[in-house]
Amino acid sequence: MRWTLWLPLMLFAGFVGLAGYQLTQPKDEFVESKMVGKPLPAFDLRPAALNRPGASLADFQDGKPKLLNIWASWCLPCIAEAPHLERLKEQGVEIVGVAIRDRPQDVARFLDQHGNPYARIGADDVSAIQLEIGSSGVPETFVIDGQGVIRHQHIGDVRASDVPMLMQKLEEAR
Amino acid sequence: MKRLLILLAVLFAMPVLAQQSLPPAPLAYQQLDDPGQEAAAQELMETLRCLKCQSQSIADSDAPMAGDMRHQVRSRIQAGENPEAIRQWLVERYGDYVSYDPKVSSTTWPLFAVPLALFALVGLVLWRRMGKRSEEGDAS
Amino acid sequence: MLAELGLAALWLCAALAVLQLVGGALAQRDGSGELAALVRPAAIVQGVLAMFAFLMLLWVFAITDLSVKLVATNSHSMKPLIFKLSGAWGNHEGSMLLWVTVMAMAGGLIALVEKRLPEKTMQATLAAQGFVALGFYAFLILSSNPFERLPLPAVEGQGLNPLLQDIGLAFHPPTLYFGYVGLSVAFSFAVGALLTRQVTPEFARVMRPWVLGAWVFLTLGITAGSYWAYYELGWGGWWFWDPVENASLMPWLAATALLHSASVLAARDALRTWTIMLGVVAFSMSMVGTFLVRSGILTSVHAFAVDPERGSFILMLLTLYIGGALAVFAVRAGSIAEGTRFKAWSREGALVFNNVMLSAILGIVLLGTLYPLLTEAFDVRVSVGPPYFNPVGAIFTIPMLLVMGVGPLLRWRGDSWERLKWPIITISAIIAVVGLLVLVFGDVTVLPLLGLAIAAGLAIAAFLPLRGRNLRRVPIATWGMVIAHFGIAVSLFGMASETAFTQEKLAAVSPGGSEQVGDWNIKLESVDPVAGPNWTALEARLFVSRGSEKPALVTPQARNFWAPPQQTTESALLTRWDGQFYAVLGDQAEDGRWQLRLWWKPFVTLIWYGGLLIALGGVFAIIGRVRSDLRRRAGEEDNEGNSPEWEQA
Repeated sequence: MRWTLWLPLMLFAGFVGLAGYQLTQPKDEFVESKMVGKPLPAFDLRPAALNRPGASLADFQDGKPKLLNIWASWCLPCIAEAPHLERLKEQGVEIVGVAIRDRPQDVARFLDQHGNPYARIGADDVSAIQLEIGSSGVPETFVIDGQGVIRHQHIGDVRASDVPMLMQKLEEAR
Repeated sequence: MKRLLILLAVLFAMPVLAQQSLPPAPLAYQQLDDPGQEAAAQELMETLRCLKCQSQSIADSDAPMAGDMRHQVRSRIQAGENPEAIRQWLVERYGDYVSYDPKVSSTTWPLFAVPLALFALVGLVLWRRMGKRSEEGDAS
Repeated sequence: MLAELGLAALWLCAALAVLQLVGGALAQRDGSGELAALVRPAAIVQGVLAMFAFLMLLWVFAITDLSVKLVATNSHSMKPLIFKLSGAWGNHEGSMLLWVTVMAMAGGLIALVEKRLPEKTMQATLAAQGFVALGFYAFLILSSNPFERLPLPAVEGQGLNPLLQDIGLAFHPPTLYFGYVGLSVAFSFAVGALLTRQVTPEFARVMRPWVLGAWVFLTLGITAGSYWAYYELGWGGWWFWDPVENASLMPWLAATALLHSASVLAARDALRTWTIMLGVVAFSMSMVGTFLVRSGILTSVHAFAVDPERGSFILMLLTLYIGGALAVFAVRAGSIAEGTRFKAWSREGALVFNNVMLSAILGIVLLGTLYPLLTEAFDVRVSVGPPYFNPVGAIFTIPMLLVMGVGPLLRWRGDSWERLKWPIITISAIIAVVGLLVLVFGDVTVLPLLGLAIAAGLAIAAFLPLRGRNLRRVPIATWGMVIAHFGIAVSLFGMASETAFTQEKLAAVSPGGSEQVGDWNIKLESVDPVAGPNWTALEARLFVSRGSEKPALVTPQARNFWAPPQQTTESALLTRWDGQFYAVLGDQAEDGRWQLRLWWKPFVTLIWYGGLLIALGGVFAIIGRVRSDLRRRAGEEDNEGNSPEWEQA
């Protein structure tokens, strides 16, 4: 039974190996949605801004891939991603916004200051759609195909480098 | 990249400071009228992870998203849904991460196998140390 | 200048630690080298110098010397003095310095007074102590220099995390470090004894006060940490099975097992290798805990000073210390004789049972804490929380608690069932009756029900060892055990009662309006702005009463700190003998009503009173042990195998 004396050392080596490996890994704080590849749920959101219609499931089922952008006027990274969403819009992408816990006047002010790339903006006051599609933060951008199926989730703000990637994903969803 | 991530983390944390004037969801800070339903909701909320927090349940967090999740849980309970069905609904969207209550599955079986093994080991150690000893102890 | 003096002292300490290590190691090889005589003095001087370095750090914090980086990043000239001082250890570098300082002082103390062990074992122990300390000095000097200067002095400090600006929390981390240090001393003794194969009852006696001391501090640390989370996080929870909480619980579990197995070794010369193993495990748990907390590889609500680079350094130290000790264990333990044998139905038998159960609980906590880390390596994210730890832990805790009720009544070597029939029947009857009463009159789930019933049984059982004895002649250490075991019962009762009977009310109340929770009437008089030294707040004035009682004022606050900017909720508590009323002020709704969170938590305070009792029991045990050891040394030496009366506990 002498080998049992080595057991603690072996267990400890396992711990050190695991801990050492995890230290070298970047800490991933993002919770990925498990809804990628699944259809959007039925929803119908009232308009969040005066000059844009609200959003519903039917809007995503017209055969054309779109972006679903979860954002809010109180969210700072959303300011950073605004110009890049604008670029996507210029390239012909239809972006549907969902404003989380937001007031119409705040939404209007944000769109005045930072531009309005959205074709539609629905208001989600209780994060209902956000929870439905497995999104855990603001901002997040989902690629939805023409049948309303979620194809890709982008967590965090859209950067300049993400624009071609999103274009690519939209192309794939066609 | 690491610096970007840190910056991102800071920015994500900012909404707490930015004025977020919209009142919380109706059932985020309001209990259900039926005490039985509220108890069921409370029990479930204590075992769901707040996705925007550092290791807290949605029952212990002031994060707006935790509030929205509480609203979701309470309104579903109110509508007569089974707590485990609600948990399953969230797990389908966020994975096992959202639930503090691991169920036996292909990824979690060691959590349950190890205690069983420990139990067997404990039994073995006690039997060996005591069972054998007691006779020898008699002789001494 | 002062900072440089502190750094110089650290370098000297490191040099002395090297001397201690080399001298002690050489002494092992050729019996007694030239350097061997220097080992004790080196340890003493090292203790003094480390203390000096820490005083220098306190000083630069006291005068808010903003040219020191640590001060600039963690302090603020407007902070109250007590929080300036506590800021010295409320950060990674300072806390590491505090830790190594206490460790060096402990090393100095054993070098100065401990004369009971063979000199060779002492030298090996001090060499191990020097080895451990050396790692910490290297860590401080190479990667976490607390005395680092800024190229240009800062204009103003960045302040201390407001959550840490709390008197309880100012002293909570040091308490844990004191505990860790105690375990590091026990570790050094274990390694020393292992190296010289001198695993004797004398070794257990020498080690025991350090284990007891560590255990007292860990108990206090966990109790304080739990109370802090309870009133500071603002949701009334007192234990979350959060990784950081688990990190503090694991060394406690190991220390609890260690002090009981050390008792067996001291009294009966049994469990030799097991005690050594626990000595190594207990210290590894404190290092593993520190690693988990500091490296940030696990997410926690309590995490502070997180940095992967520090994580790698701590992991390296951990590997050297624990890997080294376990390797020595694997090589040497086989050649250490098993020790005396005993019957199952005996004091030793009960203590072995307790040890095995504690180790199993430790294993489960460790598994549950590390498991998410393991699955993450395979890109699967899981969460392990209370619904796992509570029932799985209970499987092992409940049998352990039941044996804890009977164990102290058993005699060493062996006992008869007849002698203990009545106490056991009494305890079982109490548990059954209380369990039935709760079942009939309360709507309670299984675990709290068992908790209440077992707590009642244990509360009585704890005092049974005093039955039929002249209370004046009962050794102090026995009193310590009785108090500590009673404390476990008290704490368990508080936990079960809080879980089973808490009443909660979330309400939106306008000024002048009132609410009810349980038997309590709550009237919101007003919500007013108030200002503190470095915060402003909204304060609710609540008048709270129960029955015909005169209304009492409680004032929960929502605080805004401005250096650094952060919001905290300051809950307000109203303590009664049978529980606590807990109030939190939330946001104002658009209609002008205020969000209030109100709880009535019956007997919740017993959780922490129990913790204090456990610690008090530990203090009694230390006093009793040290006193009897001193007497023993004064010449009342008893012969081997004839355990004197003071070992009966």
